[in-house]
Amino acid sequence: MTTHLKRWWPLALLIVLVIAPYSTLPLPGLLDGPLGSPGSLQLIALCLVYGGLATGYDLLLGRTGLLSFGHALYFATGLYATDLAMLEFGLGFVPAAVFGILCSIALALLLGSVSLKVTGIGFSMVTLAFAQAGAILVQRNPGGLTGGEEGRSTPAEHLPDALIGIQNTANLYWIAVLYLVVTLAVVHWTVSSPTGRVWAGIRENERRVEVLGLRPYGFKLVAFTVSGGLAGAGGVVYLLLTGGATPQAASSDATLALLVMVVLGGSGTRWGPLLGGVLYTWAAHRLGDLANSASIAELPSVLRVPLSQPLFLLGTLFVAVVYLLPGGLAKLPARLRSGRAAKAAKVSVTAVPEGAA
Amino acid sequence: MNTVVLLACTGLGLGALYFLVASGLSLIFGLMDVLNFAHGALLSIGAYAAWWAATDGGLGFWLAVPFGTAVGTAASVLLELALIRPLYARPRDQILATVGVGLALPALIMGIWGADARPFPQPAALAGTVDVLGATVPVNRFVLMAAALVVLVLLRLFLAKTRYGLIVRAGVEDRAMVTALGIDVRKAFTLVFAIGGAAASLGGALAGLYFGSINPGQGTGLLIFAFVVVVMGGMGSVTGAAVASVGVGLVQQFANYYTAAGLGDLSVVVLLAVLLLVKPRGLTGRLA
Repeated sequence: MTTHLKRWWPLALLIVLVIAPYSTLPLPGLLDGPLGSPGSLQLIALCLVYGGLATGYDLLLGRTGLLSFGHALYFATGLYATDLAMLEFGLGFVPAAVFGILCSIALALLLGSVSLKVTGIGFSMVTLAFAQAGAILVQRNPGGLTGGEEGRSTPAEHLPDALIGIQNTANLYWIAVLYLVVTLAVVHWTVSSPTGRVWAGIRENERRVEVLGLRPYGFKLVAFTVSGGLAGAGGVVYLLLTGGATPQAASSDATLALLVMVVLGGSGTRWGPLLGGVLYTWAAHRLGDLANSASIAELPSVLRVPLSQPLFLLGTLFVAVVYLLPGGLAKLPARLRSGRAAKAAKVSVTAVPEGAA
Repeated sequence: MNTVVLLACTGLGLGALYFLVASGLSLIFGLMDVLNFAHGALLSIGAYAAWWAATDGGLGFWLAVPFGTAVGTAASVLLELALIRPLYARPRDQILATVGVGLALPALIMGIWGADARPFPQPAALAGTVDVLGATVPVNRFVLMAAALVVLVLLRLFLAKTRYGLIVRAGVEDRAMVTALGIDVRKAFTLVFAIGGAAASLGGALAGLYFGSINPGQGTGLLIFAFVVVVMGGMGSVTGAAVASVGVGLVQQFANYYTAAGLGDLSVVVLLAVLLLVKPRGLTGRLA
């Protein structure tokens, strides 16, 4: 029974996620409205998209051991390329989405092939530099394309009718669920493939992989490209959910947020990044609401000021997780178990001499 | 000609600011292998402490700058002792911890003083302009250059003439060997963090002078350019950082003026990528 539960709980969770729009279950504290209301679905969809993005980012960080500070660039590429393909080329949504994802993959392939020439912290800084260049470009609004600070909103006339309007939020939500499932499947499949084994080897000890006669460069480039493509697809879903492309998506803060999500949840684990992404996004939204609520406004300023800044709370939480909980939340049950086991072992060790005496 | 002189002076002032941030960053990375993402936050702390002292605190500008520097130094020592030191065995987690601090501190500042830019009080002696070769240049550019020059000379003297400077230099070259010789490098870590924090927070206080106002995101915005300087100058080299910061400041100003606005920032960032790819060891080639 319990082994069945262990094996099939993801499927059960998926079924719950899929039928959630038909539910009117109120979740006070967790969500503002009932589960199936458009507002709640929008928030859950956003959480799932970030869960997927974090899972894709972990392909680099946790699976291959590459600390990239430029992941937001590929997310923003998918976002902007899809939007601009509809606005400027007049493509329909589906061809535009394919175009956007292809752009992300191409850019990840190009910049990855260059960035991976350096290793270690040099790689982190090259990716940061490219992403920053992208962020500056988007901000400067070249040729009126990106819309600068304002961003560009999606043209409703190019979207299918089923994706427009608040009454169709459930459709957007299902797309987000689909994106998450696809991302999890791609990550699971690639990680358990022979290439994935080499990734794990690179993470543990790159030199030894070389000694085995394999060139890490090609394998790392595959990881970088797959991860970039997944980020681009996430950008497309994000575009649908938020109805436009804004320059915050390209900022280095966006990459740092992904990093926080992955580390929070547990990098290198199957469910950790998803958990971290969902938790972070939900917390950032709910804390934002909390900051504006009356109960916070009445607190003395020593408490009110830190509590009104979601980023402060999340940054502090992040430091605490790094410091106290290496391995993230996903490792928490195992840590608790081993802690209890150690305690039990200690008790039995002390009990033996007493029994002998 | 006027424009060239003005651009050169502004570029040098900006370069001086970059140097103040990058010198500490470079030493910290060279000695400890920690890429300190909280360094921009230290700059913001210095800036806001100096601003607070100069406005609410009632101290004059000349006392407010040392006050801001002292607060920033204390914050960086606290950061090293409380967060970096316990994670000594986990280098990647050290970087992640500084990322968290770099997110949290500006948010806290935003919570206390708001997200909007605050005008920084300019003392009368520094508010004017001077004529240099026919160009009218604001005085505060020269204040920054002088401050950076003083910091450079002091740092060089410290590294060359004192015992701790010797330990820091030796630690940058080979930390394991210094430890093997029976010297506690961790004291040098705290010291280097203190120096870096002092330089960055002095930079923050003077950045208020240079930009005329301060905002919570200022430090983080400057950090990426400081990274460029650190990589160009060779990580761990103070003189390299000085040369690189002058170069970056000038390139940025001239490119921003003579080509499209923003192209200067872009060119500098792309320069970072190109440099790392062509010479992964930095321009002076001392350390990776």
